[in-house]
Amino acid sequence: MSALLEATGLTRRYGHVTALDDVSVHLAAGERVAVVGESGSGKSTLARLLLALDTPDAGTVALDGRPVRPGSARSTRWFRRRVQTVPQDPGRSFNPRMRVGDAVAEPLACLRVHGDHSARVAELLVAVGLEPDAARRWPHEFSGGQRQRLAIARALAPRPDVLVADEPVSALDVVVRLQVVELLAQLSAAEGLALLVVSHDLGVVQHLCDRVLVLDAGRVVEQGPVGEVFGAPAHPVTARLLDAVPTLAAVVS
Amino acid sequence: MLRVHDLSVDSTGRRLLDQVSFELAAGEQVGVVGSSGAGKSQLVAALLGLTAPGLVVSGSVQVEGTEVVGAGPAVWHPLRGRATALVAQDPATALDPLTRVGRQVALPLRARGVGRREAARRADALLAEVGLPGTARRFPSQLSGGQRQRVALALALVGAPRLLVADEPTSALDPTVQAGVLDLVDRVTGPGLAALLLVTHDLAVAARLCTRLLVLDAGRLVLDGPVADVLGDPLVADVVAASRALAVTR
Repeated sequence: MSALLEATGLTRRYGHVTALDDVSVHLAAGERVAVVGESGSGKSTLARLLLALDTPDAGTVALDGRPVRPGSARSTRWFRRRVQTVPQDPGRSFNPRMRVGDAVAEPLACLRVHGDHSARVAELLVAVGLEPDAARRWPHEFSGGQRQRLAIARALAPRPDVLVADEPVSALDVVVRLQVVELLAQLSAAEGLALLVVSHDLGVVQHLCDRVLVLDAGRVVEQGPVGEVFGAPAHPVTARLLDAVPTLAAVVS
Repeated sequence: MLRVHDLSVDSTGRRLLDQVSFELAAGEQVGVVGSSGAGKSQLVAALLGLTAPGLVVSGSVQVEGTEVVGAGPAVWHPLRGRATALVAQDPATALDPLTRVGRQVALPLRARGVGRREAARRADALLAEVGLPGTARRFPSQLSGGQRQRVALALALVGAPRLLVADEPTSALDPTVQAGVLDLVDRVTGPGLAALLLVTHDLAVAARLCTRLLVLDAGRLVLDGPVADVLGDPLVADVVAASRALAVTR
């Protein structure tokens, strides 16, 4: 499988701390990959490097073989049109004084995407399960789950090939969390969108992703298909993460 | 231990908590579950006399026989920390950033007239008990989120409370750290120990620690019963179904 987004040998140090140590990851078109690990294992650092929001001390990130470095809006425009992100907290990722239609259209404007922006916004709002007239409303008029749908609509606006999402559903209640996870799965299947999801919620990972990467102290300690890794974890860190998840199974059968 | 009758909290023109009644026995471990906005945190605030100014609390809450609705500091003073103690949601904001954690844990003892050395000794012992030996000289910023939540728990336990109220104590934590904190809460509450009122939106967490669940929906107490009965009730079928869909299978 040829890689769409490919990171090789990524290392990132903060002072004396090596947050990420020689990590390589590749993502093929339409593939859904999860990054899991304990707090401080380097998950969010990896997401930031893959989004070209931070410069690695060593290693490269490339899209279709073309390397990307953080830089001016102009120099990264080609990359941002194709690689988008869904932020963690839907409560804080919208300008409270910008109507949601304008917020969803913003990437189209700043990435100089041609075409009818308001038609595209209406289409996106429908795609994420909202009414097209939601565009005229303000962020505070929406619930957390609806705002996360809006964040997904905004990320999809420039028709990206890859979504990198750091804990995209951890701020949501379980019922809404399942709806948003299913929306991401359905959009990925329908549009051939590749997903890289950082999450500490292993249930979400299992529901959404094909492949999983386990990070510990900045290194990849295990990776493979989700079923295999979760079914027979080869590394103690993976086993520890899985064992720690509380379950309802003992109570409800 | 705790007797709640017709407890309501009103904002102007909006009822946040609607005539909630329940009782909690000594050493009982009870979970409070419900979606965002169901009134979980309003319930905790009203029980502990922490309701924000501007909101009106009515009904009755008796803590070991003492009525606390509308009570002032003089009524609360002998109860806080001894009858009841709170572990809040966010370990980053629950601690004083400028005070070493050993001193923070010792302060309630000092306030009660315990000598400096004895208070320090007991604070050290309690920090060791929550799995943080030798951290008394650290500042909160030098600890991880899970370690800070353990300090918050030590701080809640220092007065040997008979009711521990924990509001989403692990929702900011990773699974392994969460498991450690839940084990600790389980160890210090239960029959013969402190009672537990655990507020969470995670049914699996509630089921792990509690024998009885209260379900809030739109400010009303809609279910109250043993864990298995509540989880089997049609009223929470959607939440149970979503929890099961997102559960890890191995």
